[in-house]
Amino acid sequence: MKARPLKDTVHLNTSDFAPNLAQRHRVGRFWLFVFQGSTLVGIVVLSMLLLNILNSTFGYVAVENKIDPDTLAVNGVPLEDLPQEELLRLLQENVSAGLYRGLESQQPFAERSRQDVYNLVLERVVEPHVVKSWSLQDSLFRRAQIAAEVADAYPEADLQFRSWLNAQFMRQPQSAKAQSAGVRTAILGSLWTVGIAIVFAFPIGVGGAIYLEEYAADNAFNRVIRTNINNLAGVPSIIYGMLGLAIFVRALEPLTSGALLGYADSTTANGRTILSAGLTLGLLILPLIIINAQEAIRAVPSSLRQASFGIGATRWQTVWYHVLPYAMPGILTGTILAISRAMGETAPLVVIGASTFINVDPNGPFAKFTTLPTQIYQWTSRPQDVFRNIAAAAIIVLVMLVLSLNATAVILRRRFSRRLDS
Amino acid sequence: MQRPLRGVARFAGGEKQRIVVSQAKTGAYPHDVVAQRAALRKRPRVSETLIQGFLFLCGVLSILVTAGLVYELGKESLLFFTRQQWEDTNHTLVEPLDATQSTFKMSATGMALSLHGSIRIHAEVMTVVDLRGERVTVARGQQNTVAAAHAVGAEIAISRQVTLAEFFTKTEWNPQIGKFGIWALVNATLMTSLTAIVVALPLGLGVAIYLSEYAAARVRSVLKPLLEVLAAIPTVVYGYFALTFMTPLLRALFGIERVEIYNTASAGIVIGILILPLVSSMAEDALSAVPQSLRQAAYGLGATRLETAVKVVVPAALSGIAAAFIVAASRAIGETMVVAIAAGAGPAFTFNPFQAAETMTGHIVRISGGDLSYDSIDYNSIFAIGLMLFLITLGLNILSQHIVQRFREEYE
Repeated sequence: MKARPLKDTVHLNTSDFAPNLAQRHRVGRFWLFVFQGSTLVGIVVLSMLLLNILNSTFGYVAVENKIDPDTLAVNGVPLEDLPQEELLRLLQENVSAGLYRGLESQQPFAERSRQDVYNLVLERVVEPHVVKSWSLQDSLFRRAQIAAEVADAYPEADLQFRSWLNAQFMRQPQSAKAQSAGVRTAILGSLWTVGIAIVFAFPIGVGGAIYLEEYAADNAFNRVIRTNINNLAGVPSIIYGMLGLAIFVRALEPLTSGALLGYADSTTANGRTILSAGLTLGLLILPLIIINAQEAIRAVPSSLRQASFGIGATRWQTVWYHVLPYAMPGILTGTILAISRAMGETAPLVVIGASTFINVDPNGPFAKFTTLPTQIYQWTSRPQDVFRNIAAAAIIVLVMLVLSLNATAVILRRRFSRRLDS
Repeated sequence: MQRPLRGVARFAGGEKQRIVVSQAKTGAYPHDVVAQRAALRKRPRVSETLIQGFLFLCGVLSILVTAGLVYELGKESLLFFTRQQWEDTNHTLVEPLDATQSTFKMSATGMALSLHGSIRIHAEVMTVVDLRGERVTVARGQQNTVAAAHAVGAEIAISRQVTLAEFFTKTEWNPQIGKFGIWALVNATLMTSLTAIVVALPLGLGVAIYLSEYAAARVRSVLKPLLEVLAAIPTVVYGYFALTFMTPLLRALFGIERVEIYNTASAGIVIGILILPLVSSMAEDALSAVPQSLRQAAYGLGATRLETAVKVVVPAALSGIAAAFIVAASRAIGETMVVAIAAGAGPAFTFNPFQAAETMTGHIVRISGGDLSYDSIDYNSIFAIGLMLFLITLGLNILSQHIVQRFREEYE
């Protein structure tokens, strides 16, 4: 039998690939450019976001005074050097009697410091108000035009460079006027609500995670719990707000307004209290804490448990003395991330009725409250430009808080993983 | 026969136990071994059981939360659909009606009354017993109201309920005049979410492929935390960004007269930016989970980097990428603050992305942000919207989990 010639054999050499190869590399380069481009877009957007906020936080403002401070000088002594009695007299002469009594009842004038009275005179008598504000970008590059515009449109006004984020902004309570408003009440409200949320969610979350990882048998019921927790983590936060409104604010009103505990406030909050908000946020972060704690507990090597059982420890002794200490850094990392999430949540708090105009510090879990994010939302929704400026300043405070929490979590996680490696 | 041995065994912790050992056994075991056996026997531990019970309750609480969610949303939605509302018929009384009369005459033009239906004149509710043209016979003082005299010109309202058909087919939502067509809100939600997905899907996948397949370890160690920063920023900040940056940008690009101050395009794009880190980090996890051997095999066959990434790695990680997109879509639908700030405050059925339209979440926030009375149709209606939102997002989340489990490629 004659051997058939191998007709199908193809002799390949580089030149056959060459035209195609160049084309393939070109396509490859193009798509690498696209992939890098999309990453770049992400970074650009992040920087735009931050720059946009900085842009509104700093800039020139045109300030007009209702009464020129120079005219308030007594016998040639300028306003800022007047003694307290003179300042009080000015205050009494220039504000309505009702307001004066109101201020007196807040804190008697005899107990107030000179600086405090001076500030009151500035605020109530001189009454500076910002008539227009400019962005940082304009303030840097169009300075001459701004000066010309002010001279033209607001001849009375004084042009000054203002940082909306300043010490006074951090110390002052909310106010109807943008330039004297601050975030003090909002920060305190945020700390209270998040604090209650953690006190509620941390033990329950970690307990649930221990149950699922250390005790639960692999049966249908426990599988339902697991799936359910994953699904709860995906429920939009506003739905938790509605749950909080229906249960904590409405159904449990006697408890959350404090009436059940004999706490009666004349300015009743109708269940729309710090306690309701804290519990709502607690429910919201509960699945996050459970999932993170589960992961941390799962990462504990089983040899540790077996050794503990081997020397006769009970299940709880094993969990308490060996599993939990080992898993704690991981659990804490997850909890800090949950705190950061709770700190930035707005929608559920708006739904359960975080009052936006509160100018007294919250005095306990049954107080009306406002929080930093709801405050930002409310300021942003106002039509006047100056409220955008203080919203931006409040955003800087909020983002700083949230990012420092996240940074702590990242550092903790790095340390933790290094310890596991060694 | 020898007497049994008696004694007291002392155990760790100071516990004492009286022990009686019969002679037969003492032959086999020395005393101390028997004592040890007694010590090692499982005893009921009350504190352990209590702790286990507490931990079980912690686990079960999540089920209670879900049950509470479903119960509250369901209950209020049910109230919404069964609630009696009064709609003006444009009929008025043409002759006075005293408190005892059961027949009256009404004006000719207006909506038809229905036999045995309820009507209301001022505060009094009546049931229609007989209808003859403009002459109506009624049973007076129904539903705990008191029969009263009514003057000529009193307006007649008829009772109606929001039907499921109306809820799911109509496109106008205006609680003041009793219009409850959910499509006005759903449409706006779909507009913002679709815009968001169109922005986030290609960008997120691009970032994920770059990070997983191209970027050097050092670049990745910088970029990944940066994306996490983006993910950690509260959503209200994105809302501010949409209103003060994206909207002016769109208005500068497309014309101030064409783009309204509040519009769904701006909100949608910013939601896209907001879910970008979610898409990219989930997709990147899926891509990184593809074993190195697959890439090496592709390189061995002469594939370029792009061909390896697109034809080998991406298909292998497809289930994870699909899950990422679905989770992101669910997040976009449930996103609240961006739309509440930037998309507009008034339901509108429009397909124009440059017009204002209120989404489901935006409506809930606006309605509940004011002083809301519990016994009102507004209160009930936001729960009906909430139930709808809950079901949509739950469905999407279950779908994504299903995809991951069903289509996951296992490489060992």
